[in-house]
Amino acid sequence: MRDTFVKTLIDLAKSDSNIELITGDMGFGVLKPFWEALPNQFTNAGIAEQNMTGIAVGMALEGKTVFNYSICNFPTLRCLEQIRNDCTYHNANVKIVSVGGGFEYGPLGMSHHTTEDIAVMRSLPNMIVCAPGDPTETKLITELITNHKGTCYLRLGRGNNKTFHNNLPKLKLGEAIPLIEVSDNTKVAVFSTGAILDEAFDATEDLNNKGIKTALYSFPTVKPIDKKTILHVASKVDLIVSLEEHNVIGGFGSSVAEVLAENRNKACLKIMGIRDTYTNVCGSQKYLRHLFGIDAESIVKEVVGRI
Amino acid sequence: MTTKELAWKIRRHGIEMTHISAASHIGSVLSVADIIAVLYNDILNIDPKNPKKEDRDRFILSKGHAAASVYAALAEKGFFDVKELKTFYSDNSKFLGHISKEIDGVEFSSGSLGHGLPVAAGLSYVAKKENKPFYSYVVMGDGECDEGSVWEAALFAHHFKLDNLVAIIDYNKMQSLTTCEKTISLEPFGSKWKAFGWNVIECDGHNIEELKYSLSKDRSVKDKPTLVIANTVKGKGVSFMENNILWHYRYPHEGEEYDNALKELRAQKPDGCIDPYEVTK
Repeated sequence: MRDTFVKTLIDLAKSDSNIELITGDMGFGVLKPFWEALPNQFTNAGIAEQNMTGIAVGMALEGKTVFNYSICNFPTLRCLEQIRNDCTYHNANVKIVSVGGGFEYGPLGMSHHTTEDIAVMRSLPNMIVCAPGDPTETKLITELITNHKGTCYLRLGRGNNKTFHNNLPKLKLGEAIPLIEVSDNTKVAVFSTGAILDEAFDATEDLNNKGIKTALYSFPTVKPIDKKTILHVASKVDLIVSLEEHNVIGGFGSSVAEVLAENRNKACLKIMGIRDTYTNVCGSQKYLRHLFGIDAESIVKEVVGRI
Repeated sequence: MTTKELAWKIRRHGIEMTHISAASHIGSVLSVADIIAVLYNDILNIDPKNPKKEDRDRFILSKGHAAASVYAALAEKGFFDVKELKTFYSDNSKFLGHISKEIDGVEFSSGSLGHGLPVAAGLSYVAKKENKPFYSYVVMGDGECDEGSVWEAALFAHHFKLDNLVAIIDYNKMQSLTTCEKTISLEPFGSKWKAFGWNVIECDGHNIEELKYSLSKDRSVKDKPTLVIANTVKGKGVSFMENNILWHYRYPHEGEEYDNALKELRAQKPDGCIDPYEVTK
């Protein structure tokens, strides 16, 4: 995913010299293709995220499209006030990119678990929040946020992400992508955001094999949220399961719930995510997803128990 | 208008604006008044008829709580009508207590400390990369230098040789609750900036000629950002406000406080300078 992001950005930046990439001293081996190809559009601002954000804002005010690259919570929570006052309030054309959403850096421990970023970024006016589900979505979203004038947050997985789209779907910011559309007799729909799409995909496959007709939608944009799709699906199915590698408070599921709560719906919603806790143990992403009950097996168990 | 007149008018507006709106930070406005006057009258390449002109110098007031001083300077320089200053702090006004980008001539909103220097460095960084002729100026408070982001930006500006960046410290040696020395000691202040690789200039922040000399682009040194430590007095110009922390938050109340402040200011009025409030009343 991150390699797709860098490759896409190189292509975009080659044809637009106003695109700048700043790193907070992250991206060893990942950003090298960018700095080798476009050294004049690359800056390492060092390990200083508050300053990095301010620098990006100053550059954006001078007409640049600035990508601020780092990992985990460093480019978001560490410099949140700079994002609020300097980026979003000024509508600065800064794209905050964090690699390692959720438990991508699971073995590194709690400091590197990125599990509240969607909630915090989503609460900022003028902010676009994106979490693509696979490399295909990553490419499309990278292009879309580049063309959007204003502050965006891009939450990425690391590597080895499977591709779930055979064709390039047409996409606008704020639209969900159906992988399996609702139809008559669909009982359940799974809504997924970010790289945990693989668990959603496996769970949906398993549920359909078990005879529980289940739809699947990927939400590469969390803000603005695709109200139209949510309400359409909610009028067809009995159960919507939202899935995120993130705290259940304030994140993607909350965003879906906000839409549903203001309307009468056929469906009820189960928000699956981390249940407002930290972990004192480390482990692989796979292990931690299982531990927190957000892997494919847990989704299937949850749905079967409710249907 | 001479710079001395502009400085006096900034103080005069400051007293009036904080008085009628019961606003804080008159001590800071009086402290920074001469620095702001010199910047707007003698240093910054700006045009009130074309506030966004391409080659303008960029100015950021990072100690956003001294907003009244910049609003007053912009009004007196013709960016907008002086009468608009009366709405400072009031309902539905765009003259926020902390400096606002909604005002013609204001480059950037601030209010939380430690934000201005990184942004100014970003502006200068682009100018440097693209050979744009402008300078970025940023005015910071001394207490503001408690913020780590200031020192992050200090490292960056030095590393990237931003010799088109001038930071000015309104060094009145007081912050929110007491003196800087009793809060978090900054001294030896100039040495710290020198150690960070900056071209450091120290001057009397109430001496117009010293300020003109120190803030001039001629003082910049190749490949180094410039820091001007302007030694000031908090509350300068009103004796009972000088070096008195009370006036960081207290406003000049109706009666003795307001009357005496005005009396003292009027006694300092430069010859030929017209008090804007005597004309409009």
